[in-house]
Amino acid sequence: MGSASVRRMNRALRYINKKKYLYILLIPSIVYFIIFNYIPMYGIIIAFKDFNFSKGIIASPWVGFENFRYMFGLSDFYTVFWNSFYLSLLRLVFGFPFPIILALMLYEMRNRTYQRITQTIIYLPHFISWVVIGGILVNFLSPSWGIVNIFLKQIGMEPIFFLAENDYFRPMVILSSMWKESGWESILYLAAMAGINPDLYEAANMDGASRMQKIRYITIPSIKSTIVVLLILRLGNIMGNGFEQIFVLQNPLNLGVSEVFETYVYHVGILGGRFSFGTTVGLFTSVIGLIFLLASNRIAKWFKEDGIW
Amino acid sequence: MNLRSSGDRLFDITNYLVVTLFALACLFPFFYVAIFSITPYSDYLENPLKLIPSRIELGAYRQIFDMPFMWTGYKNTIFITVAGVALNIFLLIISAYPLSKKDLKGRNVILILITLTMFFNGGLIPNFYLVKELHLYNTLWALILPGALTAYNLILMKNFIGAIPASLEESAVIDGANDMTVLFRVIVPLSKPAIATFVIFHAVAQWNTFFYAIIYTSKRELWPLTLILREMVVDSGGIGRDIMDVNSPGVTEFTIKMAIIIFATLPILLIYPFLQKYFLQGILVGSIKG
Repeated sequence: MGSASVRRMNRALRYINKKKYLYILLIPSIVYFIIFNYIPMYGIIIAFKDFNFSKGIIASPWVGFENFRYMFGLSDFYTVFWNSFYLSLLRLVFGFPFPIILALMLYEMRNRTYQRITQTIIYLPHFISWVVIGGILVNFLSPSWGIVNIFLKQIGMEPIFFLAENDYFRPMVILSSMWKESGWESILYLAAMAGINPDLYEAANMDGASRMQKIRYITIPSIKSTIVVLLILRLGNIMGNGFEQIFVLQNPLNLGVSEVFETYVYHVGILGGRFSFGTTVGLFTSVIGLIFLLASNRIAKWFKEDGIW
Repeated sequence: MNLRSSGDRLFDITNYLVVTLFALACLFPFFYVAIFSITPYSDYLENPLKLIPSRIELGAYRQIFDMPFMWTGYKNTIFITVAGVALNIFLLIISAYPLSKKDLKGRNVILILITLTMFFNGGLIPNFYLVKELHLYNTLWALILPGALTAYNLILMKNFIGAIPASLEESAVIDGANDMTVLFRVIVPLSKPAIATFVIFHAVAQWNTFFYAIIYTSKRELWPLTLILREMVVDSGGIGRDIMDVNSPGVTEFTIKMAIIIFATLPILLIYPFLQKYFLQGILVGSIKG
């Protein structure tokens, strides 16, 4: 070893010694991310193997794209694909604009105390678990004792088993998520609105602009980049519906419309023990999500928007 | 002029009305459940919209208190919440501090590797296999460790610490303090608002843990409240008629279900009014640029 490299090494050691506490502090999180994030990423190769629990990942034989061929040949897969995509699309169409409207309405409230109280109330459902919301929904909609059906009977209608009938499952899912999350989602738009320069409204007042005109020409353009970023992130999750909500509202009668990728992977992979196939389905949804994320970010750039990076 | 102000007033009335109705809709289900958890079932049959009980019936709560697995569920939920928050905050603080040092060699590589985990993950099955291999399956640690540290929160915390003026640290360094001392004597006290926000949000997340509990536990004695809730309240026939107490005639399956919902949600409903000042803080922590 030449004396130059010895000197370099000494200098590096001295640097590490000087900063030793900082490096020691970093060790737990590095270990954490390796174990809980990078090892599962490595585990994705299960999708390309005929995984056998007793053999482990390394000793299980490679099968190339066999699991994918099997998946694309399965009619169940297309049902789950459609259910996931359609439900998520409905969420996007109805659930995405609502928090924006809500934020605009809250922003227009002149009574600050009243505004703060309503905000606090509409954030509440976000902090309650889906199991609780599901429990409330199942009991309110129950055909035997639910208040909704008692009401229907009183006005002379037949009781409806909302969560068992395919026609009602999707609207119930969309409405309940809008009810639970819209308030909370409006918080980001309100934060963006808080940064709007009041002089803009002042100038609009001088020009005699109406409330609607001010919303349209000042407020909405000011939060456009927030809307775009959230829309891109939302599109990256175009196959996603979340496990918990669907799982608690799912029952054998609505399975034809309620089985989505999250619950399907749980059913076939964990309950069914088909690890390789479950991983394949999971990988497929991640890849679709990534493609949508990249594509929508690119489209945003074409329209001269900031995008997410 | 007159025309505009009347249009303005109409706008205001509609606006206040719609927002108020939505807020009432957000609150009403919880209120309703609470009322009918203490109302005799006969009142409900008579008029399900009568919100003043003819008498207070606490039989449903008495029965819940006699169910031993309810208390086990509470114990498990409290454990995963307390241990989960402690671990989460500890990891956040010790990792965010070195990462906030812009001149630390190797920092950028580590930051990139951490950021990547926000966009790529192994998915359900590889994570499940990992938990099995680590012998965490069917332990409460499986409900604590996998979500203990996330890239997103770490970056937010790093940005918060990075925004603390360097001069505050320097005076401690001149007094001969090392990095450890600076972290715990200077940085942690100054980061209290951010720490409080992370405590609140992680505590709520842990209290509501459901997904991890479904996939990582099969033993009933490890169930947190959420799984008990699913069995007792969501699944039809979760409560057998045989456990109904003949001594409380006003109590039926419905009343018990309402009471279980309140029993499991009460801690969140009670602390909720005190949380509101942290919502804004949560956003402020998130919006500080690094």
